[in-house]
Amino acid sequence: MEITAKTAEELRLTAEEFELIKQKLGRTPNFTELCAFSAMWSEHCSYKNSIKWLKTLPRDGGRMLVAAGEENAGLMDLGNGWGVVFKIESHNHPSAIEPFQGAATGVGGIQRDIFTMGARPIASLNSLRFGNLKEKKNQRLLAGIVHGIGHYGNCFGVPTVAGETYFEDCYATNPLVNAMSVGILQVNKTVSATAKGKGNPVFFVGSATGKDGIGGASFASANITEESTEDLPAVQVGDPFQEKKLLEACLEVIDTGAVVGMQDMGAAGIICSCSEMSAKGEVGMRIDLDKVPTRQQNMKAWELLLSESQERMLIVVEKGKEEAVLKVFDKWDLPCSQIGEVTDDGLLSFYQNGELEAQIPAYDLVLGGGAPQYEREYKEPGYLKEVAGFNINSIKDIESNTELKSVAEQIIQLPNIANKRWIYVQYDSMVGAANTSTNAPSDAAIVLAKGTGKALAVTVDCNGRYVKSDPHKGAMIAVAEAARNIVCSGGEPIGVTNCLNFGNPYIPEVYYQFVKAVQGMGEACRKFNTPVTGGNVSFYNQNPEGPVYPTPTIGMVGVLDNPEDKMTLDFKNDGDMIVLIGTQKNDIGSSEYVHKIKGIELSPAPYFDIDEEFAVQKFISSIIKEKIIASAHDISEGGLMVALLESGFNRNLGFDVAGDVEGLRTDAFWLGEAQSRVVVSCSKEKLQELKHKAASAGIDIAVLGTVTSSAIKINGEDFGDIKNWKNRYDTAIEKILSN
Amino acid sequence: MKFGIVVFPGSNCDRDMQDALQNDMNKEVVMLWHKDKDLSMFSTNDCIVLPGGFSFGDYLRCGAIARLSPMMQSVVEFANKGGKVLGVCNGFQILCESGLLPGALLPNGNQQFVCKNIHLKNAAGNIFKIPVAHGDGRYFAEEKVLDELENNSQVIYYYCDDKGNVDKAFNPNHALRNIAGIKNKQGNVFGMMPHPERAASPALGNTDGLKIFKELGLN
Repeated sequence: MEITAKTAEELRLTAEEFELIKQKLGRTPNFTELCAFSAMWSEHCSYKNSIKWLKTLPRDGGRMLVAAGEENAGLMDLGNGWGVVFKIESHNHPSAIEPFQGAATGVGGIQRDIFTMGARPIASLNSLRFGNLKEKKNQRLLAGIVHGIGHYGNCFGVPTVAGETYFEDCYATNPLVNAMSVGILQVNKTVSATAKGKGNPVFFVGSATGKDGIGGASFASANITEESTEDLPAVQVGDPFQEKKLLEACLEVIDTGAVVGMQDMGAAGIICSCSEMSAKGEVGMRIDLDKVPTRQQNMKAWELLLSESQERMLIVVEKGKEEAVLKVFDKWDLPCSQIGEVTDDGLLSFYQNGELEAQIPAYDLVLGGGAPQYEREYKEPGYLKEVAGFNINSIKDIESNTELKSVAEQIIQLPNIANKRWIYVQYDSMVGAANTSTNAPSDAAIVLAKGTGKALAVTVDCNGRYVKSDPHKGAMIAVAEAARNIVCSGGEPIGVTNCLNFGNPYIPEVYYQFVKAVQGMGEACRKFNTPVTGGNVSFYNQNPEGPVYPTPTIGMVGVLDNPEDKMTLDFKNDGDMIVLIGTQKNDIGSSEYVHKIKGIELSPAPYFDIDEEFAVQKFISSIIKEKIIASAHDISEGGLMVALLESGFNRNLGFDVAGDVEGLRTDAFWLGEAQSRVVVSCSKEKLQELKHKAASAGIDIAVLGTVTSSAIKINGEDFGDIKNWKNRYDTAIEKILSN
Repeated sequence: MKFGIVVFPGSNCDRDMQDALQNDMNKEVVMLWHKDKDLSMFSTNDCIVLPGGFSFGDYLRCGAIARLSPMMQSVVEFANKGGKVLGVCNGFQILCESGLLPGALLPNGNQQFVCKNIHLKNAAGNIFKIPVAHGDGRYFAEEKVLDELENNSQVIYYYCDDKGNVDKAFNPNHALRNIAGIKNKQGNVFGMMPHPERAASPALGNTDGLKIFKELGLN
């Protein structure tokens, strides 16, 4: 077979990249080698179209113990010798084609990134996007993806403690499935994804290798079209029981002291783990492919290298200590075989039937080594002019309390706002017996980090519509909201992992969204001192009708040094005062109200000022620490109205509030989504102290009214009982699904 | 009373059970590997716990493989000698598969996994708030067996609401007669779908699980 630029193009490499490969090797690659480059230089593995901008994010400092991108996941200091490891990753393309397995293996993959470092995962989160929930096709995607996430996570035994789900037309062909995992470890037991020491044996552990998932990395680096279903073999099949055994065995094997380095086999399978571990340790590997356990006969070398069969790990062991390692895997009934050894020539040499099938310098394959890095062209999209042309006065304001009530009833039942219990009851949210939010809900989930004496606050956030309206500001809001959720729960935000879901990077208008969003994210992360520890880029979330909303999902982790400092979101007592922290704005931009009720597709992102946000968060933090307030709930989608209702639901408490601010529209007051606002409650006795503190901190506050036993009154008008509102909120999604 | 917790490769509530018994109830706990057989350190005054999880992946019927493990042979002997055995969730499924308890646990009525707080009522009418988390929790047995269980007071928990009303509306999995937990005739083997070990700590805001251990005499 003659290898030409055309072969390269069929493998989704460009003609220029083919030339570069020839240059690096000093010869024409054979087919197996070209496949290796195709996988490793795909966007998924090489970040070739994004790394330039990712490097502008704050990637060290704070509590970071390893720099971003150095290991499989971010590692931050918890104190007392403990660390927290976390990462988010997308599995969008596989889930679009095969929702159940696509989502399941997404969960499996992210868990391996955590325990490959020696950490025990203690919390999972997910961030999902679907098209219009009323369409059967989207309902099937929702059911399949949720079932897949539950199937894998429930069996693996890590609680799913938080998440977010949005439904927008742009995600119909390209649903987004972003899975995050958080684990803890004793820092001195951290395992690095590196290969070292000439002659050290290389072990392959876990499931046998089959032809599933071949080309998954390059599959994820292309648009989804009608032909994509023919890529079905590019979707992997998961076995959570195998992964559970792998978790326990890997943590146990680390205790033997025999492990030099370890990396899971995810995207691009064996070739990825071998090249990344070797490049990091500046060594090579001699691998005998005949020793890789297979589940199909006659697999070719390129198939073995690229297979993305799940639940596999590559482990470099200190020579002479093989017995201890084998004993652990035997205990867990996991296949484990030596497939090669570490060399000092920097070359990956793969043998099959005694023949050298491929030989490539490890360095040339990897990000930061020989993989290309591109500067893509970007151009402001035309639609932003339409956004700028939005005139609030063209929208008729709400004119009566009756109208306000009717609009609020619609809003509380919008799928983006309504209770997502149909989804989350299918996830085991309590295994681990450490999720404190089950019985005491808060804006971020608070999970006890058992053994450390501390608790973690975790959240995922991104409103893609805000980002579409203003990529820079929208990404800042995603970071700010995540931090606000953690602060409102009594935590201190410490770090971020991001999942950047965008369209095709070769389209300048799409790339513009990416560049501006990364810049905004960087600015906000610097302000909140939450470095980006790592994450994932998912381009090509695009179909013939266009890209998805730019969706840079933020996964954020915070710490509570004392778990008792936790703050909850629900009103506590009849008669408590309800106070709004932050400033009301005459703003309805990009709100659920303007988009879903008024049907305006494009309007500016909500009001946001980063310094104001920071000041509000500092203030909230201080009044929680000083035990002045009884609840704190941030205002997000659905505005003040939804925040008040959500604060009442948990204990079926109502509220009697009034609001009329000179120069402010009624819809903006109740339903606007201007940022940096929080609803808190406190006892009557604490109100003076709260007012006094706010005045000295220069923070706007407004007393809205009082908590009631169950009746809701707004501007003196009867809005009914909280239980009726809760019933609408709880059942809205179930009603749509049962139609 | 000393406790032994059997660890199958896919158990995932074993550590939670250990945490609850050791730290919240101050009990001595021994972890038992499924490949071992030795229970000589336990007397019939002690209790062996089969924890929740997915013992062998549960790709076959839940608990069908676990019951064949070496340790389960010893647990059956231990139970037949009068030793106390508690199976929670997957543990309950294993007890039914191994014949220590009658009936079977079928896939939930709506074919979906369910995880949430539910309420339980015991024979004395006490109500407990305890979490469930299972895909196969629908208790099933022949009518004759169900009558026998009820006539012998072997049903230890029914699903109910927070006021104690036993009704289908509060049954998370369509279990027959709202049955959430049972015991054997001799009263030394207990099985239940809900997870008392997840409600045993003030830090989690629910300690009803401690009451469950106490009223079953497992403390």
